[in-house]
Amino acid sequence: MAEPILSVSDVNKTFGGVKALTEVSFELMPGDILGVIGPNGSGKTTLVNAISGFVKADSGQVIYKGKDIVGMPPHKIADQGLTRTFQVMRPYFSLPAYKNLIVPMFSRRARRTGGWRGGGRMGSRDTVAVDILEEIGFERESYVPYKMASSLPTGYLKRLELARCLALRPEIIICDEVFSGLSMSEMASMVPLMEKLQMEGITLIMVEHRLRELFRLANRVIVLNFGAKIAEGTPDEVMDNKEVKEAYFGSEEVYSYV
Amino acid sequence: MAKQHEGRRRERLDRGIKVRSDGVYAVSSWREMMFLVGPRLLLIVGLLAMPLILGGVPYWQKVLTIICIYALLAIGFDFLAHYVGLVSLGGALYIGVGAYVSALLNTEFGVPIWASIPMATVLGGGICTLLLWPCLPLRGVYFAIVSLMFPLLAARFIEALDIFGGTDGIMGLDGFPNKWSEMYVLIICLLLALFGLRRLVNEDMGLVFRGVKDNDQAVKASGINITYYKAVGVFLASSLGCLGGAALAHIYMWAGISQFALDFSIIPIAATVVGGGGTLAGPVIGCLILVPVSELLRDFGTLRIAVYALILMAFIVFKSEGLMSYGARKYNQFEHWVEI
Amino acid sequence: MDIIIYGIINSATLALMALGFTLVYGVSRLPNFAHGALYVLAGYICWILLHKVGLPYVLAAALSLAFVAAVGGAMYSFILVRIRGMSISEIIASYAIGLAILEGLRWGGLKGGTFTLDYFVEGSVDIAGVSVDYQRILVVILGTLLVGLLYFFVNRTRLGLALKGMAQDERAALTLGIDSDRMAVASMALGSLSAAVAALILLPLGSIVVEAGYHVLIMAVAVCIVGGLGSWTGAILAAFVIGFAQILTTAYLGAHFSVVVALMAIILTLILRPSGLFGKQKELEERV
Repeated sequence: MAEPILSVSDVNKTFGGVKALTEVSFELMPGDILGVIGPNGSGKTTLVNAISGFVKADSGQVIYKGKDIVGMPPHKIADQGLTRTFQVMRPYFSLPAYKNLIVPMFSRRARRTGGWRGGGRMGSRDTVAVDILEEIGFERESYVPYKMASSLPTGYLKRLELARCLALRPEIIICDEVFSGLSMSEMASMVPLMEKLQMEGITLIMVEHRLRELFRLANRVIVLNFGAKIAEGTPDEVMDNKEVKEAYFGSEEVYSYV
Repeated sequence: MAKQHEGRRRERLDRGIKVRSDGVYAVSSWREMMFLVGPRLLLIVGLLAMPLILGGVPYWQKVLTIICIYALLAIGFDFLAHYVGLVSLGGALYIGVGAYVSALLNTEFGVPIWASIPMATVLGGGICTLLLWPCLPLRGVYFAIVSLMFPLLAARFIEALDIFGGTDGIMGLDGFPNKWSEMYVLIICLLLALFGLRRLVNEDMGLVFRGVKDNDQAVKASGINITYYKAVGVFLASSLGCLGGAALAHIYMWAGISQFALDFSIIPIAATVVGGGGTLAGPVIGCLILVPVSELLRDFGTLRIAVYALILMAFIVFKSEGLMSYGARKYNQFEHWVEI
Repeated sequence: MDIIIYGIINSATLALMALGFTLVYGVSRLPNFAHGALYVLAGYICWILLHKVGLPYVLAAALSLAFVAAVGGAMYSFILVRIRGMSISEIIASYAIGLAILEGLRWGGLKGGTFTLDYFVEGSVDIAGVSVDYQRILVVILGTLLVGLLYFFVNRTRLGLALKGMAQDERAALTLGIDSDRMAVASMALGSLSAAVAALILLPLGSIVVEAGYHVLIMAVAVCIVGGLGSWTGAILAAFVIGFAQILTTAYLGAHFSVVVALMAIILTLILRPSGLFGKQKELEERV
């Protein structure tokens, strides 16, 4: 059995008396897609924030590649190769789409690992940026990569958010609700994209509300409720779990909805 | 985009020549090239010719140098506010620090003027950055309030501790060798700063600055230390201010508390708002308009502050895009009414 | 002993200066940088009415209060409403209005010395061996009274509760039928009114000068930031912290440093505890 790339143990976080996370633990194997589900306000986004360093956990450990990253500032964590997307998409609106990717290319990590060293010439950076965008579904022929980020529709913005992570050459991407706000067809095209990322060796944590798509992708799922982990397992195991049905769906009838 | 009126609306279209001169086709004819280069050339040649035009009137020559100093500050303010996202209301801090550093170097250590100004620029920028460093994580309004306090605090400190000559200031600095060097040094610095910053914000590191302004969280998630980049931004902007301050100290051959005064904080902001924020050239134009106005009003004492406070307010409320953006729109597009 | 007594008086003075600023920010999230100017304006109008027009004191005071409140309300409904929500523009515009008022007054001949208001009550009393003017005691009493009144107003009256609702969640308040613009006008008027009240209570202690406007603004901002913007308890507590710190520095370091104390307090608070003494988590996120 391989070593887990990320192991979270007993993470707690309270906001002024409200327990947002209680003793959350899980492990993540390289190449996995881990789904994180739970009702609204169950602490999913707090978990993402706690792992990626935007919120400091009160106690507990987050071991990433053998190092405890609790208390590290977000940019240091991202520098190690763990990055995230945001639920509220805010690309750099004043820049064209491909220039959005130039920003992460200025990080130390990207300069270390990137294939666009070549003296750091602007030309090569632009090329790589457009290549990444094309790979993720921006049609080069129709000049979508060159459009201003502020004029792009939601579907593209979600992709842009992912592309911005990819430009960093990360090992883990935490996706905070990439499917929310997308139309059915946009979601359908998003699924193979995530599979492609997995094939490229990127480990994914997906925080989602859209269970149908998530269960097609994820090989493990954890369920949060009131900040605590109430179930963990393969999608099928989780769906059969009594407690999950109670907490998440209220009753068994809703099962058919998924 | 277009304003709504009954039955018809105003439509804006790019002028043909604007479209033609986009991209590589700009070099297809002299007309297209002039269309692109013209406004820039006008500014450069205009500024360079200004001392010659003003010729023998020492008073207006002095006004011109003051304009340049304010313009340096205003460009710095515009850059910080619209490309890094830090609104620094305390421009006087930069002028004051630059003036004092240069004065100390010149009088205490005997550094000649051609070395003390560049040294004050870099050292002063460093000092301002260090002073503001603890405030860099603050956002928007809070950074603005704190930066507003810094020049007041600096002046009070010098007064209270009676250091650097106390309320008298430091006297006996070397002056510029002659009027022309005074004007041309400043004008050339101003042009270099203007075009340098304009280039910076569209390439390389400038993109990271703009990223920080648009969404600092995402920049953090991209593995970039935003405090470092903000500090670099503050350094660039405050260096420009310090350059102005150092030049000012040498022009008056004196550095004193009044160089932390309110004027240096408020005029650059007014100039930026009037000229058009985020254009970098706008603040220069704003200074070209506001500073002479304030000179003309000098006889009325403090009324001039009231006047440009009112101008500032009127522009920020009713015409917040500023003259430069307005001019650029008229230059690049034409408007006509369409029936709906 | 005199440190304690003058500390209390100084703190009450600061609290009075800051009250209007906190009120407006707390309700409509509007940093009213014209606060100091309104303060001076109130004193000036009252002086004009007293000495040039020759009205009796009570009438002059009431008219100047009403006038300043109207100016505050008008400032919002004609100017600030257009840039609502753009916080930097709000600061710059309100600061510009303040500058215009203050420097306009200065140009109009408001210079130190000649412009003074009379004490309400003459004489002084010995408290524990320290001689204190009645006026200064009045400052403490009226300050407490004003805080009490405003507190009562905000927590007990309909308009006050509506204002409080606005402060907590503007959108929710809108859906409950509270007109956000009208409330903001009301809060600006109320804030200006309390600036004017503070002016009429405090100005007899000195003379009406333009510099007082800047001083009041700095102090109000200092108190509000140290206390946590928009927090009442925080503001009053901060007034005491800064008030005593000032008296102590004046006693041991010299009068020059008393303003430095306020500015240092702002900077230190923002660096060490950005949400202020009584700020809330939500505000912390806005700031950092």
